[in-house]
Amino acid sequence: MSLDPVSSSVPERHVLLKALGNRSFLAGVIITGFIAAVALLSFVWTPYDITRLEVSERMQGLSLAHPFGTDHLGRDILSMVMIGARNSIAVALVAIGIGIVIGVPLGTWAAARGGLADDVLMRVNDVIFAFPSLISAVIITAIFGPGAINAIIAIGIFNVPVFARVARAGALSLWPREFILAARAAGKSRVLITIEHILPNIMSLLLVQGTIQFALGILAEAGLSYVGLGTQPPMASWGRMLFDAQTRLVVAPHLALFPGLAIVITVLGLNLLGDGLRDVLDPRLRRA
Amino acid sequence: MSLLEIENLSLSIHDKTILKDIDLSVASGEVMALVGESGSGKSMTALTVMQLLPHGARAEAGRVAFDGIELLGAPEAAMCRLRGKDIGMVFQEPMTALNPVKTIGEQVAEGIRWHTGASRFDAETRARTMLERVGLPEKHFPLTRYPHELSGGQRQRVVIAIACALQPKLLIADEPTTALDVVLQTQILDLLRDLVDENRMSLLLISHDLAIVAEMADRITILRDGTVMETGEATDTLVKQRHPYTRQLAQASTHVPARARSGGYRSEQKPLLEAEGLTRDYPIRRTSLFSRAKFLRAVDDVSFSLCAGQSTALVGRSGCGKSTLARMVLALDRPTAGAVRFMGEEISTRSHEALRAARRNMQVVFQDPFGSFNPRHRVERLISEPLHLLDERPDRTRRRDLVAEALAQVELSPADMNKYPHEMSGGQRQRLSIARAVITRPKLIVADEPVSALDVSIRAQILDLFADLNERLGMACLFITHDLTVARAITDTVMVMHEGKIVEKGPTNAVLTQPRTEAAKALVAAAPDLERALEARLAGKTRESC
Amino acid sequence: MIAYLAKRLSIGLLTLLLASVVVFLALEVLPGDPARIMLGMNASPEALEALRTQMGLDHPPLLRYLAWLTGMLSGDFGNSYTYSLPVIELVLERMAVSLPLAFIALSLSTLIAVPVGIFAAARHGRAADTLAMGAAQLGVAVPNFWFALLLVYVFAVGLQIVPAGGFPGWGDGWGEHWQALRALILPAIALALPQAAILARITRSAMVEVLGEDYIRTARAKGLPWRIVLWRHALRNALIPVLTILGLQFAFLLAGTIIIENVFYLPGLGRLIFQAIGQRDLIVVESVVMLLVATIILINLLVDICYAIADPRLRGAR
Repeated sequence: MSLDPVSSSVPERHVLLKALGNRSFLAGVIITGFIAAVALLSFVWTPYDITRLEVSERMQGLSLAHPFGTDHLGRDILSMVMIGARNSIAVALVAIGIGIVIGVPLGTWAAARGGLADDVLMRVNDVIFAFPSLISAVIITAIFGPGAINAIIAIGIFNVPVFARVARAGALSLWPREFILAARAAGKSRVLITIEHILPNIMSLLLVQGTIQFALGILAEAGLSYVGLGTQPPMASWGRMLFDAQTRLVVAPHLALFPGLAIVITVLGLNLLGDGLRDVLDPRLRRA
Repeated sequence: MSLLEIENLSLSIHDKTILKDIDLSVASGEVMALVGESGSGKSMTALTVMQLLPHGARAEAGRVAFDGIELLGAPEAAMCRLRGKDIGMVFQEPMTALNPVKTIGEQVAEGIRWHTGASRFDAETRARTMLERVGLPEKHFPLTRYPHELSGGQRQRVVIAIACALQPKLLIADEPTTALDVVLQTQILDLLRDLVDENRMSLLLISHDLAIVAEMADRITILRDGTVMETGEATDTLVKQRHPYTRQLAQASTHVPARARSGGYRSEQKPLLEAEGLTRDYPIRRTSLFSRAKFLRAVDDVSFSLCAGQSTALVGRSGCGKSTLARMVLALDRPTAGAVRFMGEEISTRSHEALRAARRNMQVVFQDPFGSFNPRHRVERLISEPLHLLDERPDRTRRRDLVAEALAQVELSPADMNKYPHEMSGGQRQRLSIARAVITRPKLIVADEPVSALDVSIRAQILDLFADLNERLGMACLFITHDLTVARAITDTVMVMHEGKIVEKGPTNAVLTQPRTEAAKALVAAAPDLERALEARLAGKTRESC
Repeated sequence: MIAYLAKRLSIGLLTLLLASVVVFLALEVLPGDPARIMLGMNASPEALEALRTQMGLDHPPLLRYLAWLTGMLSGDFGNSYTYSLPVIELVLERMAVSLPLAFIALSLSTLIAVPVGIFAAARHGRAADTLAMGAAQLGVAVPNFWFALLLVYVFAVGLQIVPAGGFPGWGDGWGEHWQALRALILPAIALALPQAAILARITRSAMVEVLGEDYIRTARAKGLPWRIVLWRHALRNALIPVLTILGLQFAFLLAGTIIIENVFYLPGLGRLIFQAIGQRDLIVVESVVMLLVATIILINLLVDICYAIADPRLRGAR
């Protein structure tokens, strides 16, 4: 999993050509792009209004009017899946944002300072790693009650040490490099070196990790909503839809099918994108 | 008939031609040297013999026969019977060539057991004998040692023990000493020579270093860009230098830049740089939680001084503390004790801001021309990085002028300013390093092994450049090197470092011709020297024929 | 070796201590008045006061923390407010479901993933590799609780060969043990397969990386056949990174267990914790969270020990 951050850089044009030739990357971009487009579309248009309940049309199978059928309250499942995409992506993205904004400065700072600062950061990381998102969400929900914000915070907290570790490992591998020594000999301060040399060179590592965390965030959000710790009704969310589908599995299995497929496709797309990025940016594979 | 015969071998990797029509033969008991610069296809030739080529490599044409067996296209099972038993191989990088989770005993005994079906006990007995033979007696190096508990030179001995455990008919040694310092190099070469003599092995020695080849080889094959340039009896080929490329290589490896020996410095001047009682300790891992923290003394009470315009070499074996010393001089590392005075001012305890003036007058050139640059920046930005130290930041036009000037100093074109470092060759990149170092017109340049990663022909050019800059710009140079030929080529004085201490210093010529301390004598004796090696070989021959 | 273990052990204990501070701060100090949260807005002042006294809320936080900590060390986790039972009894009963489930799933996923990963790496770049990794790529994307629903639909609703949910208890005698185990089969598979997909990918990439190392070439130059090089030289080195991931994965597995228990109506820690949240029984939440966190830290400690066995470089200088 270790990318060599520095040599993974070639002029941007070259990377683009290379990326377009990578099947993983291409498939990832197409799938992720499609899901993102659907999520954006849901802001302006969905086939049905999901806040209106049509009890007369409840639990219908697949039809032209309702391609994915309807749920136990008569809501159109396609529309709900579309809105669920929006929620999942929003939660996962904000959680990544939290991870990057807190984790990356911490990680690069620990690598630049070394010594005690580094030790403290690693210990704090160990502690947070012992709290998977679900457990954080349990704690937060127990105090504040359930809600989508809890999911964001819980997933975000877990992202912090992940990004801190990646940033620290990348930065640590760079600090003894000769071009960094040269920059130090040129009188640049640690902060300046971090901004000018370290950050641009660990960007690819962060990008790859970002897509991985994105995928994990989608899965975590679905899991939390499924057990009632995440997005709350009447807001549509894939996890919640699966929860509602569970008790009706015998009579209406399609209720469970489409939200699940939506999760699988989204996560698959993101993982393919991450793999593709890694292949494109990883110097060792490129040389072969 | 020769033991190994390669005829018209052509090889490509992913459709890129690596070898073209190679002819090579190694007779029984013969030492054949395969010589060439990086990328000439030496290693690929060896791996073809072993049939251990990387993925995507394909022999296009030709034949490779070992002891009458056709190797190209031989079934894997047949190759397994040959490898390790009839053909042994020693690799360049001893630090990574051994499995870190297996003991050295297991690793040596493994091949013995596999090929002979010996019991674990018998195989270990043989492994013990073999390790003893390569200089790792059981008393100090029990079979249960792991590779990480051994030094680089010791590990290379283990690799040799593995390769020679079953007395193969042919030993292939691919740059076996390139990763080692000169003293270890001599020891390992001596060991290889003795093993070859004892067991009547043939040796295919791959090297970039003509001096080593001149000492070791019976015959020599010179390779360039995948083609054989010349083949012949070693001494004869290297003395007569009939082929222009052979001559070019030989001249480059004995090259001494033309320079006025004074370098424009007078020793009565006030010193530019003074080190006084410099000491640096590193904490080492504690063996027990309760034992007191131990320290490794990397640099031990070192004092010296350097005048303006003086060119000095700091030589020593790897791990002697010379790079640590250099970093303290550059104020990149703080000494545990002692002081560094530069231009009359103490710099070792200064804060980052207070070092600006000193840094402006003191720049650095590193060993690795590939790792010295941020690959994301263009040459202009890379070279101009030290300009940040000027009190008055130059504007854009002024900056470009300064960069162009610095590029001209190192004989690069100002048009190179817009390139990325990966668009330039290794030699050009080392010129860039120097350009970056001279842009602020410093009074001192510290160069840490500046030519040891370069091929001989490029190395000669860079040495010329250093000599020229020292003379033309009057900059003092501190060269850190393990290679005395570098010291001999471009320095006025030499300091020999050994186990953290400076044990000897003096004018370069005096120290190199009449070393007084053991450490200096070992370095001088070990330094590969083409002319000396050839003289010795020729003298030996005359004696034989008398 | 001993120094290394002592260091890991002390780091583990420190982590555990810090984690307990976090849990305590989050659940007892941050909320202000835990008693009010537990009883809700409409609680009578008397009830509130009684609960405060029972929880010892009238003492300063530091004292309460120390009391809580020493209590836990002696096995006293306090009393559940809703069940009026010692929390330790509740928890032990539920752990008898959750821990076996987590360990069966962990073993299952390891047993599947490591061979598949090695197999794929040995056939690096060939059809078998592509196929196995394609399947793994898909497996990684499947949420375990959705996979569980599919399994229930196929094997319990459709084929009716295993129960769809519920847990009969471990009982006495082999017959009852077997019935209990049968109830854990689907949940374990649902947990294990997505996990195995991740692990297989990691095993493969670790193997591929190790197979490119110089010492593999040295081993082949000895004349060892490819298969033997793979097993004797590559595997042990590749398992080192796999172990690290295994430790990290355990946290996810435990979280997954909690979710999966909901799908199968298993009376494990997961059910307990969600009921406790519903009833705002902070004492139970606190204890279960602390227990889960302690388990995760303990497993990571075990991984560190395995690490030292696998990698002689960590055993320190002789």
